[in-house]
Amino acid sequence: MTTTVQGPERDSLELDRVTIRFAGDSGDGMQLTGTQFTRTAAVFGNDISTFPDYPAEIRAPAGSLPGVSGFQISFSASDIHTPGDAPDVLVAMNPAALKTNVVDLPPGGALIVNSDAFTKGNLSKAAYTSNPLEDGSLKQYKVFQIPISTLNAAALEGLDMTSKQVDLTKNFFALGLMFWLYERSMEPTLKWIDQKFGARPILAEANRRALHAGYAFGDTTEMFHETYSVPKAKLPPGTYRNITGNEATALGFLAAAHAAKRPLFYGSYPITPASDILHQLSAYKSFGVKTFQAEDEIAAIGATIGAAYGGSLALTGTSGPGVALKTEAMGLAVMTELPIVIVNVQRAGPSTGLPTKVEQADLFQAIFGRNGEAPMPVVAPATPAECFTFAVEASRLALKYMTPVMYLSDAFVGNGAEPWRVPSVDELPDISVPNAVKGEGTFLPYGRDPETLSRPWAVPGTPGLEHRIGGLEKLHGLGTVSYDADNHHRMTVLRRDKVAGIARDIPDLEVFGPEQGELLILGWGSTYGAIRSAVERLQAEGKSVAQAHLRYLFPFPENTGDVLRSYKTVLVPELNLGQLWFVIRGTYLVDALSYGRVRGKPFRISEIVDEANRILAERS
Amino acid sequence: MTDMLTPAEPVKLTRKDFVSEQEVRWCPGCGDYSILAQTQKVMPDFGVPKENIVFISGIGCSGRLPYYMNTYGFHSIHGRAPTLATGLKTARPDLMVWVITGDGDALSIGGNHFLHSMRRNVDFTMIMHNNRIYGLTKGQTSPTSEFGKRTKSTPMGSVDRPVMPLTLALAAEATFVARTVDTHTEHMQHTLEAAGRHRGASYIEVLQNCNIFNDGAWREFTERDVRDDRMLVLEHGKPLIFGKDRDKGIRLNGLHPEVVTIGEDGVTEADLMVHDQYAEDPYAALILSRMFWPEYPVPVGILRQVDRPTHSDLVDEQIAQAIAKSGPGDLAKALLAGETWTVE
Repeated sequence: MTTTVQGPERDSLELDRVTIRFAGDSGDGMQLTGTQFTRTAAVFGNDISTFPDYPAEIRAPAGSLPGVSGFQISFSASDIHTPGDAPDVLVAMNPAALKTNVVDLPPGGALIVNSDAFTKGNLSKAAYTSNPLEDGSLKQYKVFQIPISTLNAAALEGLDMTSKQVDLTKNFFALGLMFWLYERSMEPTLKWIDQKFGARPILAEANRRALHAGYAFGDTTEMFHETYSVPKAKLPPGTYRNITGNEATALGFLAAAHAAKRPLFYGSYPITPASDILHQLSAYKSFGVKTFQAEDEIAAIGATIGAAYGGSLALTGTSGPGVALKTEAMGLAVMTELPIVIVNVQRAGPSTGLPTKVEQADLFQAIFGRNGEAPMPVVAPATPAECFTFAVEASRLALKYMTPVMYLSDAFVGNGAEPWRVPSVDELPDISVPNAVKGEGTFLPYGRDPETLSRPWAVPGTPGLEHRIGGLEKLHGLGTVSYDADNHHRMTVLRRDKVAGIARDIPDLEVFGPEQGELLILGWGSTYGAIRSAVERLQAEGKSVAQAHLRYLFPFPENTGDVLRSYKTVLVPELNLGQLWFVIRGTYLVDALSYGRVRGKPFRISEIVDEANRILAERS
Repeated sequence: MTDMLTPAEPVKLTRKDFVSEQEVRWCPGCGDYSILAQTQKVMPDFGVPKENIVFISGIGCSGRLPYYMNTYGFHSIHGRAPTLATGLKTARPDLMVWVITGDGDALSIGGNHFLHSMRRNVDFTMIMHNNRIYGLTKGQTSPTSEFGKRTKSTPMGSVDRPVMPLTLALAAEATFVARTVDTHTEHMQHTLEAAGRHRGASYIEVLQNCNIFNDGAWREFTERDVRDDRMLVLEHGKPLIFGKDRDKGIRLNGLHPEVVTIGEDGVTEADLMVHDQYAEDPYAALILSRMFWPEYPVPVGILRQVDRPTHSDLVDEQIAQAIAKSGPGDLAKALLAGETWTVE
């Protein structure tokens, strides 16, 4: 398929899918560049999946290896589930970005470098002993050396800006070039520039010029022999927007409060990678949302329990180290049977770990991490868009069963973006529950609904229901303090049964692929896309492989055991060293196999395909 | 805080309405009995319906108090009562909230929350039972224990210096700071009343005896026969005079308070510090907060009371501003925020 474009005669090639990685110094604006490309591709109608990968340091020394920030986007004309194993194109803004990223570029891949940045100083900061642009070490790639800094500076000549300010816009030159190469409109980004820099006309002009200059450079240079188009994806009908997991989480809880007909309270302490949820909810003041930036993680959950006691839909959000601090208060919420949601956007641990990198190693903490018998439902969205659905679902379970609920997201699903079919407000389920009111006879704060076993929500301000609750064991029914041995056993069993009963109120575990067969690949959380793509690939090779993905981790869906026993082998890939695997074996006595990787990165599809093939070969 | 909470027709309740059915289980002779009794006694004076009153406590002997109040009550976890109270008051400014705590609960494990709930001016009243010992864990040193105190955990004497709770509360920007004594029942009632009516973070230190693990905690200056000479009762607008014969006073010498005798060396009442509990600046209150027996008589009463917008006032005001600016939030619009596209 060829069409004529302006400038030198070139072909336009239609591709099904392209993966681009922008890499540069953390001061080079790579996250912004990636986000702009993502929005443009999404608005055009491609399916997209992104993987922002940035260092924990805000500004590591310029040009250094630890300071490299990357953003990978895959955009496609068909349904995709991951940001791609390997980029087709790597844009490297300096030697450090080249060094840390070129290993992922397959032979024949396109490499666009800012040749201006390959100075002696930058090469030595990146630990290059010779210039890779000259020493032949990149000969397996299609290398495009472009003096981006110089060309960009020329385009901005005459503007009242320092050379440092000028240099900060070179990422938009690179973005403009990529827009040209992939036949994208500059309009969405130009609109964004107007909105962002409207009040600062010089900066707006500089960014516009940089973008246009990059675009025009592609058009006029003879360096590129073809441009590429990726047609729209065939997504189900509807109105779409691009959304990250953290955005969908915040929006999901806003919607949940609407669906619950209760005010929303969010208590939080800033922590990577969860802070964006606090920022977004803090902007919803006109909805009456009350956010509270607490003095620490403990105060954040304490205030959340206080707000829940007062009748709000109350949440606290954090990452693993914060959950560790909230542990005692979670036990209090279990004991007082108050509805709160604890959002954990997991990151690599233990301790401070790798603050900006993904891991799924907080599953044990979520299920077991409290003193005493303290059961708590655990849910985990599988994709950025699902973060919305599961925010509503976590709220529904908390309110209906009067229990704290753990919502396990992670850095990959939280920061990653994909197109999201926007639901209408009427599509939201009604998750409202009534407050208790004074009835006949003695009020029983720990009386229970026969079906759900939940206790009444008697909020202060309700006449006649004055009562006292707390962390000490409660007498069944009356809820006064009780040290009675049999009562403690009874209450412990009741709390267990209440949470276990949720299994009857959640959807069955679904299987993608044959209902019985050789191999089931069982996952949870953000590994969904990689596992799904791997299973599609294995099925295309004619292998008897199915996928099941758990969104409910405590309790499990009722049919989980049946599903697991329908396959000769169960493989559990996780970004931990076998936590779901351990729980599955303990719960169902299934001889499952673990495939754990903790590299601070999402799975590559190929890793799962290879492991599945290895096992299939071994067991056949 | 009562203006917002009192119905047009204040409800008429009595002390008995605030007594719960729970059997009180403190050690006989404990100072907590008096704190409970005075609290129950003043509660009807606010005219607030009891369903609109919440008592929140942490852990320690003081933590049991909410069980004995026939209001809403929450016995939380160690040190965290101010956090629950902050969340509750933020979500429900219509409630009257009391925080019951102790010296260990508030100043040790909950020190951070003490600081931040005070500086936020959360509209609750914190009653800190200060017996200078860990009672419920059977007698270890506390943050207010004397330097060198021998306890089970410090057999050769504590090497930690005690904190001055009132100084801390002032430094943390509490808008109402007072001290009273468990056995001075009338004084405690007045203090509780004033604190309960104050809008903002109110802090009361109650000097309380633990007759089991720290008997006579404050005896040196609180006993009937010595207290006039060793304590200084603060009254707004009055000079700082004390003593059985009302002949002693506090004079400021530079930045240092000094004890003087009226009539000696030409000292007259006019030379004494005059108490101004409403002073905008905190300097005089800070000086009072540092005065302690045996160098000085121990001040009791309201050290400082200033008007500041409360935490929930400010939170609600921002919400009102946001709504005034852009109208009440529209969920459908929020869902569609940013760029959208349609797939047919």
